[in-house]
Amino acid sequence: MLEIRDLHASVDGTPILKGITLTVNAGEVHAVMGPNGSGKSTLAQVLAGHPAYEITGGEMLYNGENLAEMDAEVRAQQGVFLAFQYPVEIPGVSNAYFLRAAYNAKRKAQGLDEVDPMEFLDLVEEQLKLVDMDPAMLHRSVNAGFSGGEKKRNEILQMAVLTPSLAILDETDSGLDIDALRIVANGVNALKRPENATILVTHYQRLLNYIVPDYVHVLAGGRIVKSGGKELALELEARGYDWLLEAVA
Amino acid sequence: MSATIDQLVNREYQYGFSTDIESDTLPPGLSEDTVRFISAKKNEPEWLLEWRLKAYRRWLTMKEPHWPNVTYPPIDYQASSYYSAPKSVKPLGSLDEVDPKLLETYAKLGISLNEQKRLSGVAVDAVFDSVSVGTTFREELAKEGIIFCSFSEAVREHGDLVRQYLGSVIPYSDNFFAALNSAVFSDGSFCYIPKGVRCPMELSTYFRINQETTGQFERTLIVADEGSYVSYLEGCTAPKRDTNQLHAAVVEIVALDNATVKYSTVQNWYAGDENGLGGIYNFVTKRGKAMKNSKISWTQVETGSAITWKYPSVILQGDNSVGEFYSVAVASKMQQADTGTKMIHIGRNTKSNIVSKGISAMKGQNSYRGKVHILPKAEGARNYTQCDSMLVGNECGAHTFPYIEVQNNSAILEHEASTSKIGEDQIFYLKQRGLDAEQAVSMIVSGFCKEVFKELPMEFALEAQQLLGITLEGSVG
Repeated sequence: MLEIRDLHASVDGTPILKGITLTVNAGEVHAVMGPNGSGKSTLAQVLAGHPAYEITGGEMLYNGENLAEMDAEVRAQQGVFLAFQYPVEIPGVSNAYFLRAAYNAKRKAQGLDEVDPMEFLDLVEEQLKLVDMDPAMLHRSVNAGFSGGEKKRNEILQMAVLTPSLAILDETDSGLDIDALRIVANGVNALKRPENATILVTHYQRLLNYIVPDYVHVLAGGRIVKSGGKELALELEARGYDWLLEAVA
Repeated sequence: MSATIDQLVNREYQYGFSTDIESDTLPPGLSEDTVRFISAKKNEPEWLLEWRLKAYRRWLTMKEPHWPNVTYPPIDYQASSYYSAPKSVKPLGSLDEVDPKLLETYAKLGISLNEQKRLSGVAVDAVFDSVSVGTTFREELAKEGIIFCSFSEAVREHGDLVRQYLGSVIPYSDNFFAALNSAVFSDGSFCYIPKGVRCPMELSTYFRINQETTGQFERTLIVADEGSYVSYLEGCTAPKRDTNQLHAAVVEIVALDNATVKYSTVQNWYAGDENGLGGIYNFVTKRGKAMKNSKISWTQVETGSAITWKYPSVILQGDNSVGEFYSVAVASKMQQADTGTKMIHIGRNTKSNIVSKGISAMKGQNSYRGKVHILPKAEGARNYTQCDSMLVGNECGAHTFPYIEVQNNSAILEHEASTSKIGEDQIFYLKQRGLDAEQAVSMIVSGFCKEVFKELPMEFALEAQQLLGITLEGSVG
């Protein structure tokens, strides 16, 4: 599904990613871990097409197509979803309106008819249960005045509505208490399909108690310094990141 | 992507066409003779000519105001023509006799004056350059005793009413542009709602400037008698020209006891191009006087004009009267807007509510200027002001000039202000959900303006939202 080969990217001329190679197949869950500043979030943003990052080398193939040549909205329409570390507030725009606009943008790109507000409400009501969200949240402005946990749940709600092929969760666990974490994790697990893949970007092992990855990659200094199975995450939890960084240095 | 952005920036101003029609146009220049000519052309009574001349003489002693936060080269008031009318417009002509070219012009603007195709529920007075070319639904309105006609006709047919209220809210000496308007105003709309009548449809005036060197100086007078209600809408467009054209209008509203007047404007004069060439200079005085228990509500969506200088205000004269001002002002390209309101609290328990949303994009400069004045006798007065600015891009500016004067200690005033910037992150968030850049900006801006849009009559809220989308297209790269 996703093939990243020797990917280099920089922001404002400063190189952040220095040669990432990673293959993600359908049905797999990959955890990308690493210390602060290792380039984890940059990788997520680059995959989603944030304009602040410049790709300086390598390539990213998504279902065989060059992701770098697609605008961010085209990637989204084709099933690439990023759950934001810091979801953005859009005052005055109701969550329901926003969700429907996003849903319809994707349908339109697929050549399907747009759904009207009533149809959409029926559809979204099912998904609300998944993240244990009050339907009243649909009528509030997008993320405005939401608590940290509500924002993260709202991201998962969007993911549930948009049913992405490739979901990238950027530090979705940060700032969540244990109950919220469980709700978010349950949501992600319930959305797992053999034809979809997930990349979890996280600093802590905690999330991986709830969402069990098939592969764990450790990012440091803009490169993947170690890959392994889920047990690698536990080792990191026990030993920290330093031993890996030393080995690289 | 930048190719589409460029395309969008260069999108034509939709209403930029001009109509080739034979007109009676006065040569450029302004003197007492000009004033006499206009008055004579309209067969006006002596009192009105005298009023115009007093205004003109007063104007000569006044100086153009330069306190607004806008810059433009000096205006040569002798270079403008002060009267232009299509030759084919006959006084008192019925709509069936309107020149097909004019009907076509309005049809192109989306305003149908044809009997069959009229927008249901909205009566329109169409003003073309200096004259009214037709007013729809007059008979239906007359059944309720409502007078809705061109200003010129009102002077002829309802002279006493006009004489009683003309200048009663905005005297000819009020300010430089109001004085100029009082001297040379050519036409406009007049509306009178009798006691206790709720006007059954929206009334609307559509202003169109066509002639190249003509200034437009129209005057609207709305009188809502005791216990009546009316909702009024004003729309305006002009052809795309390389020269700047002057528009100095006056709108006066009188709301007698227990009356409610809602006045909404969607202003879309030609704004000039991205280098600041051409566009309308929009210097407008709008004010209402609210008597006991009455309410005057201004809603404006200002997207056009090269320069906007406009402060729709309410004099809260009667006890318990209410004044409202809801505004969305956009300054894009090289536009400069200095707009806001004045709420003058005179009566007891008077209330005013101000919600201003300023959007600046490209090289636009947007200023909110507002005054809240609580006079000594305004016991229990209340004001709430919310003033939000949004910036799109790095080359634009937003400015706020609030003036507050309180002379009664029982007054309660609240003022909230915010400035936000449409950031790359907000747009990226929406793009990541599959929306393109234009949709993203339009969604963010609509959300920002929501509180104002909900005050507009339904049909026009949609129009305003679309207009805003078009105005801001291309401002995000």
